[in-house]
Order: sequence, then structure tokens, then C-alpha cells
Amino acid sequence: MVIEKGKKKKIYTGLKRSTRIIRNLTLIIPAAILILMIIVALFADLGWIGLPDIGLAPQDPNATHPRDKLLPPSFMEGGKSDYFLGTDRLGRDLFSRVIYGARVSLSVSLIVIFITALIGTILGILSGYKGGRADAFIMRVTDVALSFPGLLLAMLLWVAIGPGYWTVVLALSVLGWAGYARMIRGESLRIRESDFVAQAQVVGATTWRVMFKHIFPNIVNSLIVIMTLQIGMMILAEAALSFLGLGITAPTASWGSIVADGRTELDRAWWISAFPGICIGLVVMAGNFLGDWIRDKLDPRLRQL
Amino acid sequence: MSNIVLQVEDLHTSFFTRAGEVKAVDGVSFFVREGETFGIVGESGCGKSVTGLSILRLLPEPSGQVTKGKIILEGKNLLELSKKTMRAYRGKMISMILQDPMTSLNPVYTIGDQISESVRLHQDLPENMVEGEVISALRLLRIPDPEVRTREYPFQLSGGMRQRVVGAIAMSCRPRLLIADEPTTALDATIQAQYLALFEDIQVKTNVAIIFITHDFGVISRICDRVGVMYAGKILETAPTRDIFKAPKHPYTAALISSVPQLDKKDEKLFSIEGQPPSLLHLPPGCRFQPRCTVAMDICKEQEPPEVKLDENHSVSCWRVK
Repeated sequence: MVIEKGKKKKIYTGLKRSTRIIRNLTLIIPAAILILMIIVALFADLGWIGLPDIGLAPQDPNATHPRDKLLPPSFMEGGKSDYFLGTDRLGRDLFSRVIYGARVSLSVSLIVIFITALIGTILGILSGYKGGRADAFIMRVTDVALSFPGLLLAMLLWVAIGPGYWTVVLALSVLGWAGYARMIRGESLRIRESDFVAQAQVVGATTWRVMFKHIFPNIVNSLIVIMTLQIGMMILAEAALSFLGLGITAPTASWGSIVADGRTELDRAWWISAFPGICIGLVVMAGNFLGDWIRDKLDPRLRQL
Repeated sequence: MSNIVLQVEDLHTSFFTRAGEVKAVDGVSFFVREGETFGIVGESGCGKSVTGLSILRLLPEPSGQVTKGKIILEGKNLLELSKKTMRAYRGKMISMILQDPMTSLNPVYTIGDQISESVRLHQDLPENMVEGEVISALRLLRIPDPEVRTREYPFQLSGGMRQRVVGAIAMSCRPRLLIADEPTTALDATIQAQYLALFEDIQVKTNVAIIFITHDFGVISRICDRVGVMYAGKILETAPTRDIFKAPKHPYTAALISSVPQLDKKDEKLFSIEGQPPSLLHLPPGCRFQPRCTVAMDICKEQEPPEVKLDENHSVSCWRVK
């Protein structure tokens, strides 16, 4: 078979220019959305660095204005320039509430992702590398966690320790680690059979050393992908809990609770539910696209294509 | 005569599976002296590698277990050591080179990191001396530009170079005993020859005792001082390399050697041994090689032949040898 030089090069960079640009856009747009949302959440007000008077939110999110109830957004007929996205049933500024809601929704999802990934990784590596009874035990617990209805647990916790920010975090964390544990176990099983693990044992490395110095770095790629994909899932889960009243309690704003607030006024004031809903949709989509992009970049099998 | 570094006595290693007890190693005895290379040769699945893993006590648990025997390294029975002491012995006293250089290095660490791991685990050195040890280990394996290599990742090296790095890890703490489990199988012929020469060189420099596990008689003749021929979990004949090629006593050894292709016998059909090795779950009564043996007698089917010592270094288990 004769391979012509010119042709070979063409095959190599075979993607069309437009395809390459689209591939880059799937990184740039989601990353920009997520970064923007995080900045918004951080700078809703600067009280945490001692500057409570400066911030992105124009108003106190919980301040009510009885005379300005259910005003439409300022760019619509009948809207007031004070309320960019309009007001809700109590006359609270929707724009400020959505900005503060970002803080709650994003922080819940990031904290939960961190906790569940940590627990899931430790148990997964332990299970996959140790095998035997430890593996059987951890995997049965994982099965239980995966099959337990999350909503029921959230309700139980709501009753047992009362509603609140940390109740939501707990409700999502208690079951959320199981998915990580399953995936990490599978990866550990695969890597355990590699000769470099045997080599580490041959030079006298301890079990913990093999698990966290030799196996873990080879799993990090998959872990990052899953963690990124979980951003969207966790935002949705928090929103669902808050929507059902099992999550963040009034008057604190989270995206899910604002959507729930607007539900009763949907025919008169669609904007109350629509704007936090759009935010949820954007972040979930951004998380998923970013996760896909990272997976494509980190997976050597896909990279060669 | 130099000191005996390792003495294995009547080693039995079994795997307990659902189908029953698989006697992978069934009464193996041998010894290795300082600065000597002892070869273990045999077909696939005859228990060569399991013997190596038994010495390091790295059998897959809980199915694999040493059921009987002694493994004495410089006066200490390794089977009686605590797990912690055994771990301290690995890498420091005994080391091993595994078969496949492509997978025996961790892809996420540099060469320097991987060699220094062993150095840090076993030698209480100040941090600024670790690098010197790493480079001297790379020099020992004749790796060019060791200062540059320490900062490279495994994927940047060729197969032969990687196998040298694996050797450098194994030799980094100057162990007394090195177990090489088919280290040349994955290398091509020219690299293989270089690698074997390297072994001799290392042995001269460090006086390490080497157990060389292989299925290749060519490799055996190249570097081993003495050889044990293993079949279905047992060593059938032990002899100095020269004697085993000149005058093999056991029919199995003779058959193996005549099935090695030779340059001066061009037109003849290559000899092969009829049949298959026995299942380790159901060993035949008597001699385990008897079903495939061309000179088997009645007694071979009934009783296992005892080990006969022909001289100090040569012993055989066969009823034909008296």
C-alpha cells in the first residue's frame, strides 16, 4: 500500500475547520457559564471579606416591598427599573434572589460532590484492591445505597433533624457516594492487575501506599470526569428537594425554592419560576458539556480517533 | 565454595479453588549461592513463577498458600517472618524483575520517582542523597544519560530501556537475591542478548544471587551456572548447566533439550514431546512424567521415584537412574 505524504497529513487533521471550532466551543461556552455563575455566587455581596455594602445583588434578597408585588421584569411593559427581573408575591427583587440563590445552589452541589467523591474514592479503592470480604461488604452497602429511595431519606432527615442547608447536604451525600464507589472499584480492579502494582509490592510498599500512590493517580482522570458530570445532577437534586419543600427553607433563596415559590403565580407572573429555571438549565447543561469535553480529552481511546 | 544465600526445602504451594486443591508447587528443593545464577526451566504452568512468588510471599491471597516447607534466606526462614518484617525484606534483601516491561512501570510517575520509591522505603538517607542513589542504580544497569532519564516518563522509553529501569528498581537497594521471572521474554533477540550480558555484569559488581525463571534453554545456557528442570510442580533434575546439556539424566530433560532447534541439524524434523502435562488437580500416581515418557517402566506407574544424588551438584528423580 502506498501512502502519499500529502494525503496522510490530510487524514491526520481530517476534521473540518468548523468541526474543530465547534469542539472548542463545547469547552469555552460551558466553562464561561460555570465561571460566571461562580463569580456571581461569590460576589452576590462582599460581606465575607468585610465589605457588606458592595456586591452584585442590587437589593437585599429578603426585603419585601408590599407596594411592588408581582411586577414584571423592567424590560417589559409595566416593569420598574429598580427590579430588573421583576418581583415576586411579596415584592422581593427577583434578580437579587436569583443571584443569592446561585450561592446556595452551587455551594450545596460542590460540597456534596466533594464529600461523596472523597468517601466513594476511598471505599472504591479499598474494595477493588483488597477484594475478598472487604469488597463483598462494601459492595453490598453500595447496593443498598443505590437502591434506597433518595426522596424517602430526605424526608426522614427532614423529620429527624429539621430542614436546612446542612440537611440537604447530608441527604444528598448519604447516598451519593455509592456511584463513585462502584466506578472506582471497577477501575481499581483493572489497575490492580497491572505489573507496576506487583512491582511496588516487590519493593516492599505497604497496602496503603500501593492504593493511594500507585492506584489512585491512575484513576484521577475518570474521577474528574464523573465529578464534573455530577455538577448538573447535584444542582437538579438540590432544586428538586427545595421545590418539594424538603430543602432550603424560606426566606432563604435557592434556585429550586424560587421555582417553587413561583408555581402558584405561574399564570400571572411566569418570570418568577422562569428565570431561576433558566439558570438551573444553563448550569446543568454547562456541567454536562464540560464533563463530556474533559472525558474526550482524558480518554486515550477516544483521543486517538 | 561461596555461601549459600537461599535454601528452599521441600516447598509446597497450593491454590485452593472451587474445583479442589491445585498443587502448583509440590515439593521443590534447591539452593542458590552468592554470585551464582540458578535457572528454573519448564513448560508454562509448571509452577516456576509460583515458586518465585512463594519466596517473596506475594501469592494471591487467600487462595494461594504455602502449605509446607522452608525458605531460608541467610539463616532466616522467610515463612516465619511477620508481615512487616517480610515487607522490609522485599526490595532490600530479595527483589524481583517481572516479565512485561510495558506494564511494570507506573505510567504517571517519572523514572526517578519510581526508583527513589524503593530507595526511600529501605534506606534512611537524607533527601539530597536519594538522587545520587537513583543515578547509581541507573548506571549499574548501564542506562545512558541517567541524569536525563530520571526526569522522563515510562512512555518516553523503549521496551529494552524500560526493562533496564525495572532492573534498576530491583537493584536499587543492592539486594542479596534477585528473582528474574522471564525478564527477556518480551524483548527481541538483540536486546535480549544485551540484557543477559547486563545480568552477568551486575552479578560481578554486586555478587547478587540470581534465580532466573525461563522456558528458554538458550537463555539458560547463556547465563545460568546451575539449572533445575521443573515439571508439574516438581524439580525433576538439578545439575550444573554444562552437565545438563552434555549428559541429561532425566528423560524429560533429554526430551526438552532435543526439542530446542539447532543450527547444524537443518533437515530433520524438530523433536516434540507427545501429550500434555498432567492436570495439577489430578496428578497421575507414580512419576508425574510417566504418561509421556518413552522409557517408562511398570514401577514408574506405581511409585514416585526418589531423588538420587549423582554427585554434589547433580540430582535426578527417575527410576531409570541409579
